[in-house]
Order: sequence, then structure tokens, then C-alpha cells
Amino acid sequence: MKITRRQLLILLPAAAVAWDSVLAGTPETSPNYKLTEHWWGMLVDISKCIGCGNCVRACATENNVPEGYFRTWVERYHVSDTDLANPVVDSPNGGKNGFPPILGSGGRNFFVPKMCNHCADSPCTQVCPVGATFMTPDGVVLVDKEYCIGCRYCIQACPYGCRFLNPKTQTAEKCTLCYHRITKGLTTACCEACPTGARQLADLKNPNDPIHEFLRTHTVQVLKPYMATGAKLFYNDLDGSVR
Amino acid sequence: MPVQGYMYPNEIELAWSVLIVLYPYITGLVAGAFILASLERVFRVEAVRPTYRLALLTALAFLLVAPLPLQLHLGHPERSFEMYLTPHRTSAMAMFGFVYLWYLMAVLVLEIWLDYRRDIVLLSQRTKGFERFVYRVLTLGSTNISENALRIDDRAGYIITLVGIPSAFLLHGYVGFLFGSVKANPWWSSPMMPVVFLFSAMVSGIAVVLLLYMFSSWYRKQTIDMRCVDTVARYLFYTFLIDFSLEMLDLVHRIYEADESFRSLDFMVHTRLYLSQVVIQIYMGTLAPIGLLALTQLLKLGEKTRKRIYAVAGSLTLIGIFAMRWNVVIGGQLFSKSFLGYTTYKIGFVAKEGLLTAVVLTLLPFAILWVLVKLLPPWPDCEPPAPGSAAPAHGDD
Repeated sequence: MKITRRQLLILLPAAAVAWDSVLAGTPETSPNYKLTEHWWGMLVDISKCIGCGNCVRACATENNVPEGYFRTWVERYHVSDTDLANPVVDSPNGGKNGFPPILGSGGRNFFVPKMCNHCADSPCTQVCPVGATFMTPDGVVLVDKEYCIGCRYCIQACPYGCRFLNPKTQTAEKCTLCYHRITKGLTTACCEACPTGARQLADLKNPNDPIHEFLRTHTVQVLKPYMATGAKLFYNDLDGSVR
Repeated sequence: MPVQGYMYPNEIELAWSVLIVLYPYITGLVAGAFILASLERVFRVEAVRPTYRLALLTALAFLLVAPLPLQLHLGHPERSFEMYLTPHRTSAMAMFGFVYLWYLMAVLVLEIWLDYRRDIVLLSQRTKGFERFVYRVLTLGSTNISENALRIDDRAGYIITLVGIPSAFLLHGYVGFLFGSVKANPWWSSPMMPVVFLFSAMVSGIAVVLLLYMFSSWYRKQTIDMRCVDTVARYLFYTFLIDFSLEMLDLVHRIYEADESFRSLDFMVHTRLYLSQVVIQIYMGTLAPIGLLALTQLLKLGEKTRKRIYAVAGSLTLIGIFAMRWNVVIGGQLFSKSFLGYTTYKIGFVAKEGLLTAVVLTLLPFAILWVLVKLLPPWPDCEPPAPGSAAPAHGDD
């Protein structure tokens, strides 16, 4: 193949632009990552979620989540206008394969992605008898599977149902906020796979993170605020019927 | 239908099995039996003396088995020692090992040893061969049974019992706290939990000692000391009344407050827990024995009738308290923390956490007790005579 000078002049800037995006996707090398400079959370914009299940599938693939258990899942709420206190909720296979046609007519329907809330005062960390569950200095709740004794007290203590016992490792497991990715400058697998941007990784210590602007201009809530867990999974447009 | 309504997907499978039901049941029997034994020692209730040593040995037999269901339940039992090496200070569960060891070594074993020391020394002199070797080891080299030494034993035993009573309260109140402090679960989360657990522990412990005393007397063809069983049954009756009142207070409070979890819990009590909670725990395991025991307090019944009533009431009590533990542990996991659905508990038969394991673990303390009774006869009529005394030697049984 022969490339003329003219073609080269066109290709070079294109390659430069492409190289720039390649570099953007290259993980930051871990030694540059300073734990104390970050405080991780996540923003979920309910009005943007279309219930495609991409996030659940991406999470399962990225983290090798055993079949039938979920580090993240998507719920579909159907709230009728006559019975606000009793929503009808479903999440077939955690929403992994999307959802069947709508449950009922009338009322409102919306999707609620769920996962570990990475609570600042997490009850699961509190109850772990050996300290296998811990919070990193950058605000992520993790489980040391080499240390977990598999007593399942943390599973009982989580108000959000985010934990399970991995049947293979026989240790407690849950969302790690893709710690192996975010410490290298990448976003989480679920955020990356979300086609509508309904999930956004948020670094609350980074003044340039768009989360600050978003929190200033929107009405954002957390799940079960009365549990006082310091949840860092922020929901925009959260309906009062969501549990 | 295993799931009704909506459960969070990770909630469908129960995290805690029947083995975790056994754990508070067994520790409850330990604490209850010990508290009964301490009545004689500290409060000098002479009438219950025939059950004193039996109660202590019962407590020990059950205490030795208490950690087994927990150990079998762990995903990594080989790492359980980490709870001793690197306990997590904010975890209620991390304290289990320490509370357990304190109770086993500092209270129960020490008290039993001091109480039996004279017998052990005498038996080590009287027996031969391997038996003699066992008793000599059990003396721990302390063979002085002079009057002065025995007085010191008695004094030390008294002090240990004094320490033992709050320790028994701690042991079982702590188990209640493990559940009562889980704020995520409204079925458990209650400051009443340690108190309810404690009184139900006393009820079950008193019932098991009452039954064991009556059974062993029948088995040994000895007459039952009616003054003793009447007193023990009276304690059972009063403790049961307190326990029932506390549980009803908790129930009435929940019904009247009717918070967001109430509809979910109410539904469960009327459906999935109806048999185990309403029929077995409340009617059969609480109201029936309370009623039967009340009869013995109100009416002048013959000895034979009283014995039969005590046997039936005691057995129903043990079933009722087991049902109570079941309803707490299993019941607390049958509903979703979203309050939108219910799941089902499936128990395997031959499995690590199956029914067979649970049955074996329930019977194991009785086997241990049998060995302990052979080794250290708890019967007042079997105490070995002092050397040189004219009293005829009894065979141990």
C-alpha cells in the first residue's frame, strides 16, 4: 500500500486525535494514586435508567460474579396512583437480561439500579468480627477474602441487601466499586457500560468532579436515610416509594 | 412458592441456618442451668440441692457443644481463631470467644472442679488402673482435703458463683444483643432482645434440669425428692411468667406502634410463621406449660399427678423455647428488608447445615453429660465416703 504525502497529511492529525483518546483510556499507574485525595461515591440518575441490564452484565463479567448472586441489580417499580405505599417491584434475574413487558396499567413505572452504598458509617464494617470488611481511606468498603471467616453477620447487618456469600470462596462478597479500576483512573464497569449515563462514578474530594455541580442543582437523596449509614450512593429523582 | 412478592435478589437464600437456631438454644440452656445451680449456692435454697451438681454438669455439657454449630456454620472454620488474635473491637460477635472462654474456664470448669475436688481426690485413692489415672490427672496435683482446705474450696466456690451469676447473664444477654443490635432487621432490632433472651434462657435451663433430675431418678430407681421438684417447678412457673410478660410487652408494643415493618411482620406471623410461632411457641410451648404449672400452684394435686404435670410442662417448655429461637433466627430472615416480599427456608437433611447435623448437635450434650455423670457422679447419695468412715461405698452410675 502506497501512502501519498497528501494522504499522510490527512492521516497524521487523525492519528494524533486517536492517540489522545487511547491515552485517555490508559489506566493511571497505581503508584500515582493517592488514597487520601479521593472519597468515592456514585450518582444514580433514576430518570435516565432504561432498565437495559447492561450494568448488571458488565459487573458480572468484570468481577466474575457467581450466577444467581448480584453485586448490582436493577429493580422495576410500578407505583399505582391509588396505592402509593405499596409499589409492585420486580427484578427478574436482577434485571440482567432486561425486563418483560410492563406489569400493570396506570401509575408510574421506573427503574432503580441498586448496589453497595459504600456507607461512611457502614453497619457491615461495624459487625465484622475479624475486621475482614473495612473501609479504605478513599471511602470504599471492601472485603478481604483471605481473612473473611464466612460468618455472614455482615449480610444480616446490611440494610440494603447488597451482600451475599460467594458459594465458591465461602466468603462475603459485594460491590467493590471496581476498586481495581478506579485506582487506575478508570471508571467502574457498570458506569462504563451504561448507555444513558444513569450511573456516574463520583469523587467527592475532587473539586472538579461534576458531582458537585449536580448536587448543588438537583434534589438528591439516599436510600433509607433513617438508617444513618452515611450512604454514598446518591439518587436523583428518587421516588418516596423506593425501599 | 419459594418467593412471594419482591425480595432483594441476594436475600432469597437465608444466610443463617438451623445451626444458628441451635446456638442461642444451647447457650440458653447453659445459662439457665447455671442460674438454677447458683440458687442453692448463693441464695441457700436448700430444697434444690439435689439438682445442684446435676445442673452444673448439664451447663458444662451444653457449653462444650455451644461453639460447634457456629463452627460448622462458618464458611472458613479454620480462620475462626482470628477472632481471638485480631478481634474487631466494634463487632458484637468478636466478643463471643472471650465471653465463652471466660464463662467456660473462669466460671464453670473452676466451680465444678472446686466442688468436686474432695470427691476426685477420694476417687483417685479408691479406684484402680486407667480410672485412677484419670482422677489423678483431674486432681491437678492438689490432693489436700483437710477440713481447712475444703473450707477454702467452699469459699472460693462461693465467690466464683457470685461472679458466675452476672457472667451467665452476660453470656446469654450477649447472645440476645447479637440479634437485638442489628438495626437493619426490625424483627430483631430491639433493646428488649437481651432481656427476653435471658429470661427464656432461664426458663429452658430450669426445665431441662427438672426433666433430667426426674429422668435420672427414675433411671436410677431412686425416689424423687418432691420438695426439690416442687421448688424447681415453682421457679420455672414464675420465671416463665416474667418471660411471657416480656414477650407480650414486645408484641403489644409492635402492634400498637405499627411502624413500617409491621404489615410485613404481621403477615408473616399469620402465614409462614403461624405454625412455629402461634401454635408451637405461644399456645403449645408457653400457654400450655404455664397453665399446667399454674394448676400445681392452685390445686392440691397428688404426687403422681404433679410429677406427670412437671414432665409434660418441662417437655413443652423445651419445645416452646426452641420454637422461640427458630422464630427469631429463621423468622427474621423470611421477609425482605424492602418489606415487599417473603422467602422460604429450605433445610437439607444430610448436609453440613442440615437437619441431621442439627439433631446430632442437640443430642451430643446429652452424650457428654452421660460421660460427665459417670466420671463425676452428681448424686448426693453417691458422694464417696471419707477414708476410714463406716459408710458403705456406693457404685457410681
